[in-house]
Amino acid sequence: MIRFQVNGKPASVDADPSTPLLWALRDNLDMTGTKFSCGMALCGACTVHLDGQPIRSCSTPISAVAGKNITTIEGVNADRIGKAVQDAWVVNDVAQCGYCQSGQVMSATALLKRTKKPTDAEIDAAMAGNLCRCGTYTRVRAAIKAAATAIA
Amino acid sequence: MFIEKMLSSNIQSLDAAIDGIALGSAANASRRSFIKMSVGGAAGIAIVPGVALAQGSTAAAPKPGQKPTEQPAAFITIAKDGTTTILCNRMDMGQGIETALAMICAEELDADWSKVNTAFGNQRGNYVDPAMGMHLTGGSNSIKNSYTQYRELGARTRAMLIAAAAKEWKLDATALTAANGVVSGGGKRLGYGQLFDAALKESVPESVVLKDPKSFKIIGKPTSLKVSKEKATGSQKYGIDVKLPGMLTAVVLRPPVFGGKLKSMDASAALKVKGVRAVLPVDLDRGAKGVAVIADGYWPAKLGRDAIKLEWDNAGVAKADNTALLAQYRELAKTAGLQAPGDQYKADLSALANAPKKLSAEFVFPYLNHAQMEPLACTVDLKANACSVYTASQMPGVDAAAIAKATGLSPDQVNIHVQMAGGGFGRRAVPTSEYVIEATNVAKAYAATGKRAPIKVVHSREDDVKAGYYRPFTLHRAEIGYDNEGKIVAWDHKIVSQSILKGSPFEAFLVKAGVDGTTTEGMREPYSIPMQLSVHHPQINVPVLWWRSVGSTHTAFVMETLLDEIAAASNKDPVTYRMGLLADDARGKRHKETLQLAVEKSGYGKKQLASGMHWGVAMHESFESVVAFIVEAGVKDGKPVIGAVTASLHCNFCVNPRTVETQIQGSALMALATTQENHAITLKDGVVQQSNFHDFPMPRITDMPNIAVHIVPSNDPPKGVGEPGLPPFAPALANALRRATGKPLREMPFKLA
Repeated sequence: MIRFQVNGKPASVDADPSTPLLWALRDNLDMTGTKFSCGMALCGACTVHLDGQPIRSCSTPISAVAGKNITTIEGVNADRIGKAVQDAWVVNDVAQCGYCQSGQVMSATALLKRTKKPTDAEIDAAMAGNLCRCGTYTRVRAAIKAAATAIA
Repeated sequence: MFIEKMLSSNIQSLDAAIDGIALGSAANASRRSFIKMSVGGAAGIAIVPGVALAQGSTAAAPKPGQKPTEQPAAFITIAKDGTTTILCNRMDMGQGIETALAMICAEELDADWSKVNTAFGNQRGNYVDPAMGMHLTGGSNSIKNSYTQYRELGARTRAMLIAAAAKEWKLDATALTAANGVVSGGGKRLGYGQLFDAALKESVPESVVLKDPKSFKIIGKPTSLKVSKEKATGSQKYGIDVKLPGMLTAVVLRPPVFGGKLKSMDASAALKVKGVRAVLPVDLDRGAKGVAVIADGYWPAKLGRDAIKLEWDNAGVAKADNTALLAQYRELAKTAGLQAPGDQYKADLSALANAPKKLSAEFVFPYLNHAQMEPLACTVDLKANACSVYTASQMPGVDAAAIAKATGLSPDQVNIHVQMAGGGFGRRAVPTSEYVIEATNVAKAYAATGKRAPIKVVHSREDDVKAGYYRPFTLHRAEIGYDNEGKIVAWDHKIVSQSILKGSPFEAFLVKAGVDGTTTEGMREPYSIPMQLSVHHPQINVPVLWWRSVGSTHTAFVMETLLDEIAAASNKDPVTYRMGLLADDARGKRHKETLQLAVEKSGYGKKQLASGMHWGVAMHESFESVVAFIVEAGVKDGKPVIGAVTASLHCNFCVNPRTVETQIQGSALMALATTQENHAITLKDGVVQQSNFHDFPMPRITDMPNIAVHIVPSNDPPKGVGEPGLPPFAPALANALRRATGKPLREMPFKLA
């Protein structure tokens, strides 16, 4: 049994310690907001926060998160910046299929927690690990800027 | 009843139906005449009944004289508090159709838009495309074929709500009005929610008067997706997120060569993995045999699969190999293939030999994986006398028919719950129902062990990349003669490409004289060019499929880069040259308006570009919409540099400009991907060489150009926009890069060195 915190609440998972956090969230804890796409930390769809830092949950075994604090897309709105990012995502109509957007929102939130007013280059650098096949990148940029303004 | 009705439906509607299935439209004139012929014969009809049967049973019995697709009760529910749910008769994969159809319906319903939400239907009779007679999301057809349907559904419901209020208040219906979710008149008001139950008891009006578009409040206005918040907060459920009580998860071990069979297996280690319930041989696509690992969740299933030791039997299985394919295709292109049907492809080539100038060109396009972000997933709940399937399918009617056949159940016993899709691009519209039947076979194999549970088959990214059903590997060969003014005197053209549709239920509709219409669509039209076109369809052991914009993924590139080269070689401006090739008819006018808008908005020919940057122009019509791109680009350190990109679109009347913009931008990025290094699926000794995003890379935010989208104003009946934005982007970019380097680009992905 491996114990950690998810969105401020205690969670325990009875699974092989090699199980990626992604599958513990999705299959064991029924939190499907975090998405599976590549399984190799190549696309960012599975991004969550580990003690505030963005990580790829598909490549992070639960053994590595024992006792740690995890924030997922379902809980990121408890944070002022996370809420501002989600609101900006809605206002700017970022999503097309939306499948990658949980990861995009988590990466963007982590960026704005570090850098309140990111430049274009800082946005590109922070978001380059998050793939979107629908091509929403233009609106991703716009929404991050809108969220930055909202939290200023 | 409905089935008979559908099968005896008049030629005109079936003609429209089949035309709708066409995932392309460039050869419409010839296709229509072909369709009439084939529908007149047995072959055309023979295919439809299986699908019709699977879709034929309806939730609500149709009223006399009206079709299931016209029944408000099947599409609209209004709760007491006014919450209005509008069912979508398509699958949504990001194109925003669930919002667009709701907008269309809500407009005529005079609903309170803030109280409208959306849901999906199933594969049954109410939710088939009214023109096609099947539930299909593809061919950029949804708005085109359901615009009037959803307006009428809204208007009918509105009339029924007013009739119910009139009865309640004992007033004449003509004295009442409805607006913003409220019926009022005679000093009284009632919300739609209070009237809806009574309204459903009213008869459905046979005919309704639709609004003058000038009074539209919702249609045509930039509108956010109804599920924008769900998608930003992680609460949107996709097919891969389905969870049913007692559900198990399976992964499948498939042979590395298409059609390979399991020779021997040692599953003992796999069965020891905690959480693994069963390891079972299972029948796969193309006669292959593989292994399903069924477990409590994805990870134990995956660990179990990794632990299997086995041998494959590839006896009698052809092993495709890119090196051999290229040689074979080149050899084929030296000879004339099957004559492409249609007068526009039967030009006299006698002027070619003595033409003042000649251009000879070969183009090579690779196999392409759709790479939708959500890997394929399908949940099957197979019971003794029913089968419920949960998947994001673009063709649930076809899939339901295949499931009925595979399970021995009657079509009425199969129900497909259409799910939101994390991208699709054609991969979820499989004429063979490959991944759905695979999941059904897994459920069958488990049931054969004496146990039953709903089972979700999940594909890993590697499974998805290696599964086949690619955009076909395609080679074009052109021999063009033109005069000193750039006038083309003869164009001899050959295409070598696997047929997507031969052997599929669509063959009867879209393969004519042996030539697959999805291979040739986009050739020549709308330009007046004397072209002779023939096609080779080699049979290769690689499953192929339509991929966003289908044939136009390659034909637009060939046409628009070759014309641009000829214009340049003739010292003609590429815009003026194209304008000169367009007829003065309605179609030509539509193209001219589109190109002209891009010229004006981009500053083409007026704006001074930075040193090293060049203009690139291309235009293409697909799925009855015309898109032009004007790209500013150059080459730096051997890599393309893309500046401003201007797109213009003629889709007739535009229902939701907010999503249309994203469809064009997204299509352009998908096209950009096809030009980028390593974006190709290749095979060696029968085995797909790529597996994930590291060796099949996709564009990132750093690759995204600034794309301005402009829409030509029009009040004509709306057409689709899901695909037409893709074909002209890559040739526009290639044309700019050719100006930068002096060398034409004739291979995808681009090789600039």
